[in-house]
Amino acid sequence: MTDFGYTVSKPRRIDIDRNDMTLCDGILSSMPELQTCIGCGTCTAVCTAGNLTDFNFRRVHTLVRRGEYRGAYEAMNKCMLCGKCRLACPRGINTRAVVLLLKERLKGM
Amino acid sequence: MRHVIVIGGGVAGLQCATQLARTGVRVTLLEKEPRAGGKLLGWNSLFPSITPAAEVIGPLVEEAERSANIDLRTGCEVRSVGTGEVTLADGERIACDATVIATGFTIFDATVKEEYGYGLYDNVVTSVDLERMFGEGSVLLRDGSAPRRIAILHCVGSRDEKVCQRHCSKVCCVTGVKQAIELKRLYPSAEIYNFYMDLRMFGPGYEEMYREAQQQYNINFVRGRISEVSPTFEGRLQIKAEDTLTGRPLKMGVDMLVLMVGMKANAMNAVLAAEVEGLQMQPSGFMQPRDPFTGNVCSRSEGIFYAGAVTAPKNVCESLGEGMAAANSVVRWLDEQATRQNRTEEAR
Amino acid sequence: MRRSNWTEYQKEIADDHYYYARSCIRQNFFPGSEKAFLNIIGGNLRKDIFDDPAHTSCTGIGYHSDIVPLETIMTVVARQFSLMSEAGYENFVASCITSFGVYTEIMATWEEFPETEERTREYLLKATGREFRKPKNLAHTSDIIFHHREQIALQARHRLVNVYTGEPLRVVEHIGCHYAKIFPKSGIGGSEFPYVLAGMVESWGGEIVDYPERRHCCGFGFRNYLVQANRGYSIANSRSKLESMAPYRPDFIVSNCPGCAMFLDKWQYTLAEMEGTVYGQNGRGIPVLTYEEMAGLVLGYNPWELGMQMHQVDVEPLLDKMGVEYDRAAKYLGRNGKYLGRPEAVRVNGCPQGTYCNTKI
Repeated sequence: MTDFGYTVSKPRRIDIDRNDMTLCDGILSSMPELQTCIGCGTCTAVCTAGNLTDFNFRRVHTLVRRGEYRGAYEAMNKCMLCGKCRLACPRGINTRAVVLLLKERLKGM
Repeated sequence: MRHVIVIGGGVAGLQCATQLARTGVRVTLLEKEPRAGGKLLGWNSLFPSITPAAEVIGPLVEEAERSANIDLRTGCEVRSVGTGEVTLADGERIACDATVIATGFTIFDATVKEEYGYGLYDNVVTSVDLERMFGEGSVLLRDGSAPRRIAILHCVGSRDEKVCQRHCSKVCCVTGVKQAIELKRLYPSAEIYNFYMDLRMFGPGYEEMYREAQQQYNINFVRGRISEVSPTFEGRLQIKAEDTLTGRPLKMGVDMLVLMVGMKANAMNAVLAAEVEGLQMQPSGFMQPRDPFTGNVCSRSEGIFYAGAVTAPKNVCESLGEGMAAANSVVRWLDEQATRQNRTEEAR
Repeated sequence: MRRSNWTEYQKEIADDHYYYARSCIRQNFFPGSEKAFLNIIGGNLRKDIFDDPAHTSCTGIGYHSDIVPLETIMTVVARQFSLMSEAGYENFVASCITSFGVYTEIMATWEEFPETEERTREYLLKATGREFRKPKNLAHTSDIIFHHREQIALQARHRLVNVYTGEPLRVVEHIGCHYAKIFPKSGIGGSEFPYVLAGMVESWGGEIVDYPERRHCCGFGFRNYLVQANRGYSIANSRSKLESMAPYRPDFIVSNCPGCAMFLDKWQYTLAEMEGTVYGQNGRGIPVLTYEEMAGLVLGYNPWELGMQMHQVDVEPLLDKMGVEYDRAAKYLGRNGKYLGRPEAVRVNGCPQGTYCNTKI
């Protein structure tokens, strides 16, 4: 194949039709309360890890809910399990359990 | 006997007319459509309780038709409103002691948002169409099959500078949630995605309904506005949006797209503001009440009152409340007029 | 598709007496198209059109690449208008979509901010001693062809119909972004459902393909293409369009923008070479035409006179489907009969022996 000095950029778009939603469906049926997230960002604002690394709990679990799993497991490893996010969540989501669930289901993704 | 003209036989006008009639006022209720009932006639059920709309509008229409004090005139369009009289489209002039304008709103025409292809692509429908389908008892695609994935787009013709509709239509957020739940009840295995800019769950039970939609009905909420709709090779609709909470563009194929059309001010409002001394229009095109707190059913013109969505987008409860408030204000104003007149006569 | 919206966006297009402003890049990439336009308007339709050797580039490429300042481009545009008035014309016709966008934008700016028009008049007077009148009618060349499409249909020698099957040819239309995305009312059909090319295709017997990425930009984007390191996302836009249209098996693409026609044609070669993918039928690329070439073929012009040998994707499969007679051997003979040379065999025009080719359909 010819090298023209540049590569064709890969789409950044989330394509719901191409994403495999079965993993996500499994996660949500184990933990329906995760669907009640309203994206307020309180979890990320209080996050111990998120203030020092690029870990963004809200963004990562939202991506997982769109079938975008890549990097989610590694991201969850940054969580220090301090529990502040669970304390703060206005929807009462057990965010700590979400971290553990994602680590269990998405290993190797 | 005192005589009041109520213009508009929707939920606010009916409530106002029946209340006036109960207090012994003679009412002429003018409705331009062949039947009284307004927008609720085409509506199946009401948020957040999913109460059939007929249960709310039915008794009001019945009372208005039965009441000896109400002359319900349907198919009757108003040409102009004056002091102490109303002129109909056919030139007939009706004298009155006070007028209540309860002309409501116009449903935003979704074809104006060309990018959504309403009227061009099959299976792009509006919230009004969907409500009619619920009423008919079946929600199917154009080819007769059942939808497997449905997108609901909020704020169509609301909060949109591009179509001269800067205001929020208020009721579409919760309507989107209500219709999503009803669709899910009809098709439990269908996937439903609501695309919203903000979700404004302002009323009692609304937030609870939203949460129920998320947790019990697995309805997906994506914060982002659909930018365009195109047909796909498989005969579905491709939609594009930004999933703003992940900061990435998103696309997907859906079988049906429901547009939550907003409330537009009536074109007639501009005529009222231009012709009637004291009547004013807000920048949104809705009429300007005398003040937003204590005079919300009054105009700046003596003897002319407002009720319902003629002054701003309102839900059914608010319109019912305003119908009542307008009736009360009219009676108080008529009493004051009478007292003043008596005093003048006594003084003579 | 039920198109109804386009009727709400009808713009006024002059019937005759056009002042013609050429594009700066079209003559390199589609060298026969502008000449064909003059022949069609002046010859077939017997209209008066003036091709003025004194006019210049509108400097739109420089403007959109942040090189030419707004005041400068306004003055250049004012000079073009001055030439038009001097030649006795009032109907300005631009051959390039970006030029058309530039003229439309400047006219609108002058309308909204009259002081900018006054300043431009001063600049033009100081620089050239000229004065100008604004055109009565401003149109893109595709608007003119659209306007006369029914007369062209009357003179048609070929229709956009597959002569083997009798079926209408399936056509993908691509509208340049600056045609109507800036001012929807300046384009026939507006910006979401433009009808300017679709109208021609339908009048001449073809069928329009509406595909998911129809409204997407081709990815040219001026500065984005001009810098080599940025070309990856320029080409990715064309690829996303090509991928999206491939399942419909279009017979050809027609565009009304110099940049789009060039990129949709040449990127197909690049993608075939870089990724081994072609998007057309029978392991070949999808031919890309200008609307003048399309009109020219319909009117029976010789494809090599139209300059179609300069396309990256070979047009012969399309010519065969339309029943156009042409001399294969004459393809690479220039106007004076001199041999132009022959391009190498490449993947996009059918796989050369021994190469792997991944077809999308």
